[in-house]
Order: sequence, then structure tokens, then C-alpha cells
Amino acid sequence: MQRDRHLIYVSEILQLVEVKKHPDPLNESGEKPKKMFNPKQTTKTGPFIAVRDLTMAYGNFVVMQDLNFTINRGDIFIIMGGSGCGKSTLMKVMVGLKRPEKGQVFYKDLSFWEADASLRKNLMKDFGILYQYSALWSSMTLAENVAFPLEEYTALGHHEIRELVSLKLAMVGLAGFEEFYPSEISGGMRKRAALARAIALDPDILFFDEPSAGLDPVSAKRLDNLILELKDSLGATVVVVSHELASIFAIGNNAVFLDSETRTIIAQGNPRELLEHSQDPKILNFLTRGDTEGLKS
Amino acid sequence: MQMSFNGPADGVLLIRLSGTWRIGETLPSDTEIQRQLTSKTDIQKVVFDTKNLTNWDSSLLIFLKKIHTLCSENKIFLDQDGLPLGAKRLLDLATAVPETKDANKVKEEETFLFLVGAETIDFFRSAREMTAFIGGVFLAFVNFFKGKAQYRRSDLTLTIQECGAQALPIVSLISLLVGLILAFIGSIQLKMFGAQIYIANLVGIAMVRVMGAVMAGVIMAGRTGAAFAAQIGTMEVNEEIDALKTLGISPMEFLVLPRLLALVLMMPLLCLYADLMGILGGAIVAVGIMDLNFSQYYIQTKGAVSLSDLWIGLFHSTVFGILVALAGCLRGMQCGRSASDVGNAATSAVVTAIVSIVVATAIITVMCNVIGI
Repeated sequence: MQRDRHLIYVSEILQLVEVKKHPDPLNESGEKPKKMFNPKQTTKTGPFIAVRDLTMAYGNFVVMQDLNFTINRGDIFIIMGGSGCGKSTLMKVMVGLKRPEKGQVFYKDLSFWEADASLRKNLMKDFGILYQYSALWSSMTLAENVAFPLEEYTALGHHEIRELVSLKLAMVGLAGFEEFYPSEISGGMRKRAALARAIALDPDILFFDEPSAGLDPVSAKRLDNLILELKDSLGATVVVVSHELASIFAIGNNAVFLDSETRTIIAQGNPRELLEHSQDPKILNFLTRGDTEGLKS
Repeated sequence: MQMSFNGPADGVLLIRLSGTWRIGETLPSDTEIQRQLTSKTDIQKVVFDTKNLTNWDSSLLIFLKKIHTLCSENKIFLDQDGLPLGAKRLLDLATAVPETKDANKVKEEETFLFLVGAETIDFFRSAREMTAFIGGVFLAFVNFFKGKAQYRRSDLTLTIQECGAQALPIVSLISLLVGLILAFIGSIQLKMFGAQIYIANLVGIAMVRVMGAVMAGVIMAGRTGAAFAAQIGTMEVNEEIDALKTLGISPMEFLVLPRLLALVLMMPLLCLYADLMGILGGAIVAVGIMDLNFSQYYIQTKGAVSLSDLWIGLFHSTVFGILVALAGCLRGMQCGRSASDVGNAATSAVVTAIVSIVVATAIITVMCNVIGI
């Protein structure tokens, strides 16, 4: 009930803020139009992101090969697998930080790695990314961190940016922490501040690299709820790299399992369905923390 | 630490372990175990008797793991029932995940030719990175002059303050002492000819033409260049640069441009200040121990130092500013993902900057000589 109230609150505020927004001058210069918040987005279905024949390597060491999967609009898609299997590397390839050895990543039928640099840069403006170690810019306050994408990519005035920053920080439970530096707050708060920065531009796609890593169970649960609420409110597609089972089951509706032994995907589907129906001992071992007997009983 | 073999009887080899098996004591030879397991083809199973085993630690496990590996290789069943429960569980833990064969880095044989080849590849890779970096900086400057560069003016102001005003105390101290040293060394020689007055010429020309710029450059290499490398390196470690890239912000414009601009703007000013402090140092020696007065020293310096000397000094300092900023930012951007990489980046930035300063000084001096200024 409380969650529903929060959702309505968030949605209402976002709509109010969008109404206040100035027209974006980038539109007039022929660059990528700034999208407006549209709750109907969540009703669209079909492949939104497609990974085709992707092979990733560090030097001669092939991390993963022949990866193929699709992500639908509005999915919370989990990339899971054991430590060191290449989950974060896959995310780096998907967000443009690492070039794949082979294969393609398509966003809305547009090949990311075959696109020219300016088009790729425009695509990247649709991404909101929460890094494993938060990656807040340490020389800026939390308010400056959240404001920076808004200053760079919108024509909003100082006052409006300040209001938006306060809103985004309030949405992640950090109202009043605007003038704090990242070094002055806890790890969990840093994660939430980084989330506020990630959603600053109301992105189409949110990437989370191990969002619950290093958080206590209560903070991790709170972050999971926040991801769900933001996904519903923003209508974003969410890609989460994780091996935290509680988070995987709490938020994921689709997933791939990366296997370090075969170096490819060995399962794809809803994590709960994988747990119930998969016969693969590796999947069952992972999803039950090795307690496959407990599952049978 | 004792071991004996019994059998094989009916395909079973019994290994008796007794006494104390602790780290520090010599383990039984591998070859003996290998000989026992491989010389007799009829061994199907290995069992243990540890009734007389009194005390054990990881030393026993090392030995058991070797036997486990040998048994696996020779397809012999290893019956662990005779082992102490703790040892059995630890052995299970150690053998649960098979070794990833190609995960180990293969140490290639380092012959002379191999080393030459590796160094050559490294050199070209480094040259390519440096060229790409300089190209990136050039493009950032093009965007800056077009008014399209993405950087924060507050960062530029802060960096100007850090590498300008905040560097004054150390520049004062070092330049004053360099002026003193030059004057002392010169005074001994000039006294022999009764030409003490020319100490003002020596100190004035040396400081204004090259020493002021060189000292300011070296100080900035150690102070600011290292700081640039450490700051950017730490940002690399903390994924802050990744966050910039995925936001579509060029790290060249956001991080390198303000630092380079700040040093290029501040170095000539610091150089001027260093010149004045050096001349003051020379004046202290001249007035203090060579019976000259300030007025004489001032008039002599004014007559000796020409405007071209000043321009050459300022040109030196601008070049050094560029070199120090490039070295610091380049090493920071090349930094790896660990704490030690940040330290290495800072050290490398200082070395690169100082070497560049010396090489640039030599080139500019020769050029000035050829031109005749």
C-alpha cells in the first residue's frame, strides 16, 4: 500500500517536472530530440535490445563467446553467473566502454558498434548507469553530480536544475544531502546518490552493475524496491548485473546465466521459472546456493 | 612424519601415515609415491591408515592433494575413509573446483630476442598511445576554440588556483636558493679577477633566460604533474572516467583541457616570479658578502638582462607547462585499476615531465644559438 502511494507520488512529481521543462534547443539544431516522460512507453513490447553472436576477450583470453539474447522494453533483465564469469565485461560492451571481439549489440534495430561516434554518443545519452563502486565524481558534491548531466544535455536554468536535483535526491531518500561530497557519506548512500545521477536525464535504459554489492540486507532490499519503483515510474528498461539471489528473484523478470566453463549462455528465462524448471545442475546450484536437496524437499 | 606402503593386495594400496605432520618438516618425496602408484599396474584403489597420526596441519593436506592428483591422472580410486574427518573435508574443499587449465598465465621463455621484441612492441604501443593522446588533446583544443568543449569553468579556476597561487611558497624558496647558489659559485671565480660586479649579470641572465623556467618546471612536475596523474588515475580506478564516457563527455575535454589550460596560463607567471626571486637571492649574496649595494646590483642586472632573454624564458616556461600537464594527464589516463597503479602513474608522470623538460631545454637552447638570440 505504502509502495503504491510512493509510486503515485513519484509519477505525479515527474509529470509536474516535465511540464515545467523548457523546450530543448538541441531539437532545433537537428540533434537527438529530448524525449519526454511518457507512461505509455511501458505498454510497448517486443525486442528492444538484442545481442547477436557476441564474443568478448581480454587479449587472447576469450571471456565469453557467441552470446545471443534479446531484452524486451520494460524488462528487468538480469545478467547472472558466478564471480569472474564476465558479467561486468558484458555490461561494459553493452554500454560502449569495451569493444567486442565479434558480434553486435542492437538498440532499437540500430547496431551500437557499427554506428558512427556521434550516433553512438547520442545513443549513450539514453543510458543511465549505476556502477559497481558508484563512480560518483569525487570532486563534486552530490547535487553537482546529479546536476552535471542536466547541465550538459538540457537547457534548463540554474533554479530548475536545482529543483530537479533535489527531487532526484529525494526520490532516492537523500533529501538534505545535496552539499555532501561522496567521501562524506556511507557506501549505501553513495549507491543511492549514483542512482539519482543515473536517472537524472530520465533514461530509456538503466544499467546496474551489482547494485546490492557491499550493502547490508536492509539497504539492498531498499535499493531493489527503488529499482522497481523507478522502472515503473520512468517506464525504463533495466539491465542488472548481479549474483545476489535475493535481488535476482525480487526484481528480475528475465535473465541469462553466463557459465565460465563453457564461456557462453547456458540458460535464459525468468529466474523463478529457471529455478522451478531447469534441470541443469549448474543453474540449480547457483539459484539454490548449492542446496539443491532443499529445493527437492 | 612417517609414511609406509602396504600392498598392493587385491588391487588395493594401503598408505600408513603416522607421527606429526606439520609445516616446517620435510614432506616425503614425491618420486616414492609416484613410483608406488605407477610402477604397479594392478592398483585399483588407494586407502589410508592414520591410526598413529598424532598431529597434522596443512602440511598433510599438501601431501594428500599430490596423491589425489596422481590418483586422478592414473584413474585410481582414492578412498578417503581412513583419513581424519577434518583432513577429509579440507581435501574435498581443495579439490572441489577443478583447475582452470588456461587461466594460468603461461610464462614465456625470456630469451634475448624475446626481450628485444617485447620492448620494441611496448615502445610502439606506447608511442601509439602517446600520439592518440596528443591527437585527442588537439581535438579538445579545437573544440575549446570553437566554444564547444565540455568542461566546468569552476574546475579550471580551481586548477589555476592550485597550480598558481598555491605553488608560490615552494617556488619562492627554491628560486631564492638557486639564485643564492649561482651567486656563491660565481662569486668565487669572479673575485679572482676583481669582477664581483658581474655576479649580477651571471645571476640575472641565467635566471631570466633559463633557470627560472627550469626550476618552476621541475617544481610543477613534482608538485602538479604528479597530482594530475594521481587525481586522474584515482578517477580511473573508481570508474569515474567510465561514468564520464558513458555520459558522452570526452575525458580529454573534461579532465585534460582545464589542467593543460591552467598550467599554460600559470607557468609564465610562475617563471617571472621565480626569476625575481632568483635575482633577489643573488642580490642577498652580492650585498651580504661581496660589498656591493642594492642599487649597483639593480643597475647592473638591468643593463645585462635583455628583453629577448625574458621572452626566451617565458617561451621555455610555456613549453614546460604544456609538457608537465601532458605528462601528468597522459600517465593518469594510462593508469590501471589498482592502488599501486596510481602510485606508478604519479612516479611515471614526474619522470616523464622532468626528462621532457631537460630535452626541451636542450633543444630550445640549441635553436636559440642557431638563430643567434
